[in-house]
Amino acid sequence: MAAENKISYHPVKKDNQESRREFIDKGLKAGLLGAVAAGALKALNSCRDTAGEDGEMVELMSTDGTMIQIPASEVEADPGLKGEHYRAREGFDNRKFVMVIDLARCKNAKKCMSACNKGHFITGDDAWIKVYKMQDSEETAPYWQPTTCMHCDKPPCVKVCPVDATFKRKDGIVLIDSERCIGCRFCMAACPYSTRVFNWEEPAQGETTDIEMVLEHTQYTPDYAGVPSKKGTVDKCDFCPHMIEKQKLPHCVSACPNGVFFFGDAYEDSVTNGDETFRLSTLLKEKAGYRLMEDLGTEPSVFYLPPSGRLADFEEGLDNYTPYESVDKTKEDEKA
Amino acid sequence: MKKLDNLVSDLAPRRFGLYGKLWVGFLSLVILAALYAYSRQLRQGLVITEMRDYVLWGVYISNFVFFVAISLVGSLITAILRLSGARWSTPLTRISEIIAVAAIVMAGLTIIIDMGRPERLLYLFLYGRLQSPIIWDVIVISTYLVISLLLLYYPLLPDFAILKKYSGDKPRRQRWYARLSLNWKGNPEQKRRFRRAVSMLSVMIIPVAFGIHTVTAWLFATTYRPGWDSSNFGPYFIAGAFVAGAGAVISIMYVLRKTYKLDNYITDLHFDRMGKLLVLLCLVYLYFNINEYLVPAYKNTEGEADHLHQLFLGEYAPLFWLVIIGGLIVPILVLIFPKGRKPLPVFVMGLIVVVGAWWKRYLIVTPTLLHPFLPIQGVPESWHHYYPSGLEWTITFGTLAMALLIITILVRYLPIIPIHETAEELGITNKSETPAP
Repeated sequence: MAAENKISYHPVKKDNQESRREFIDKGLKAGLLGAVAAGALKALNSCRDTAGEDGEMVELMSTDGTMIQIPASEVEADPGLKGEHYRAREGFDNRKFVMVIDLARCKNAKKCMSACNKGHFITGDDAWIKVYKMQDSEETAPYWQPTTCMHCDKPPCVKVCPVDATFKRKDGIVLIDSERCIGCRFCMAACPYSTRVFNWEEPAQGETTDIEMVLEHTQYTPDYAGVPSKKGTVDKCDFCPHMIEKQKLPHCVSACPNGVFFFGDAYEDSVTNGDETFRLSTLLKEKAGYRLMEDLGTEPSVFYLPPSGRLADFEEGLDNYTPYESVDKTKEDEKA
Repeated sequence: MKKLDNLVSDLAPRRFGLYGKLWVGFLSLVILAALYAYSRQLRQGLVITEMRDYVLWGVYISNFVFFVAISLVGSLITAILRLSGARWSTPLTRISEIIAVAAIVMAGLTIIIDMGRPERLLYLFLYGRLQSPIIWDVIVISTYLVISLLLLYYPLLPDFAILKKYSGDKPRRQRWYARLSLNWKGNPEQKRRFRRAVSMLSVMIIPVAFGIHTVTAWLFATTYRPGWDSSNFGPYFIAGAFVAGAGAVISIMYVLRKTYKLDNYITDLHFDRMGKLLVLLCLVYLYFNINEYLVPAYKNTEGEADHLHQLFLGEYAPLFWLVIIGGLIVPILVLIFPKGRKPLPVFVMGLIVVVGAWWKRYLIVTPTLLHPFLPIQGVPESWHHYYPSGLEWTITFGTLAMALLIITILVRYLPIIPIHETAEELGITNKSETPAP
């Protein structure tokens, strides 16, 4: 149903520079870019010819890159992606967020993890993003496999939740309402991707000063997971709706130095890692994309590209790989 | 009338002796320690356990499954045996109903202990979603508790009436017995209703009993995890529950017979019969175990292979084989011979079966969680294993002690052998009752 509502855009060109520009163009409408510019565009499109009464003009760049001047009164505040009727439990209208993880690019730099930990104030022992060392059989090559929440279209976690604390939104995102969660951990047992973590004790987030700032400005909402984390409830990757809302990419995507993570909208059929943008369907076809444990029928929103034609050889016993470093520990923890 | 006097003096509830008091004191101490441990858990969170993100359910959940399993005995002895016309089980009905009520109450409490947010318990009713097996469990366990309480209470009505008559020297207690007997006169209309109610409850409790343990099995079987992902799980759990429950009844009836000198009521015949029943139940359970382990072992898919290797030869092998051989095969071998069905060996086997059943649940819950689909990486080394913490054990023992205390208190104030039914079977008429026309 929702797919019929999708807005069609110009085809994405293969050239990276070109495609990037195209992406920005789309982004203005699609809302993955700057708020002011989007507002200006809306003003332009509205074609109202009332000149600013005070005559003040502002200079803006149009979609084709030329600078134009328009009356300041025409620049409306950007309604943002949320729109008027946005509800955290329902999500963004006409969106279907997806992620593509290119295993050929992953060198286990773990910048995704640290950015995610920082962005969500994760202080436990278990990060939400994990980078697995995978080897499917002895004869095949090992590779690094980052995992986020798969945001399944048929989420087994949501199915088993007794109190509707974890839920699936129409934009594809699976979230947890930690003010509803009773801490039974059935969702963790049900998730085959081991993506969910539990707050076994009071999260030590008080020690991180940044969260105070975020908290002061935000009422609790499930679409900003980890702000705050609550003792006795389940947490996991939230696909960063708080970043999408600001028309930015999730923390892991922008932090990855190797461009492993691509984020985008399946209805737009495009994904970007911030540097490159691809048409999702073409990318998945050309690179033989797949999803984890397809046989379970969970229909994840996260696609993988196989680790073939890798940028760098797999480093056996990678020096910075130790079995225990999922989360940046606070100083007190390190002492203990 | 003389005979009824004897019967009542044999079977009426009695004060605790020295051992009884010591026993209650001991249980209370264990419960107090558990309350302390639980208060720490409330303050600090589930971090006081050794459960972590991989072993996300531990000894609390296996203990919960154990309690649910034990509670099934109420339906086995009171309902199934009653309906099949096995009159010999009459003296055991009260004991088994008491065990069932204690176990199902503790099952409910244990699951709350496992919750990260116990103060949100009411959310289950406010926001409950019917597609979650946990909600099925909530519904079916509360139903089972109600039916079990009724099935304990109804047959007590005539007994309360009798006790009221015989406790003239204790007016306060007499008033209580009078209130609880709900004006039981024993007239034909009351008896007719009574028989109908009890047989209706006996019929009703069977599907609900199957329901509670099947749903409990589904808490595991509805996930994808190797070791849990099995369509065999419902009947497998039910079969195991009857074994555990029969073991519990045997253990407790032996202790009560010794303590209260009930040799005339709980006879060697009862041990012989219960021994035979236990052999049958163990054989059925063994059959389900073979299904549960042999078929996946034959296919040996990757996930199952890891899981089964850990059970058969790996970390859990000593416990696994102890439970299978000690808790299942040895009882069969002992109880299959008439000499093995004397009270003492039956008691010992019953006790072993109960202990084995507890560990069996542990083996069902924990090892599976150590074999997730994606490997366990990037977490502290201790997360690769699960050894319950001291506080976790304290709380768990506390719940077991609490169940035993509930049983002990009920035994203290209720006639443990149904007086009225025994009198009827012995052909003793209670003259205060209106004779049937």
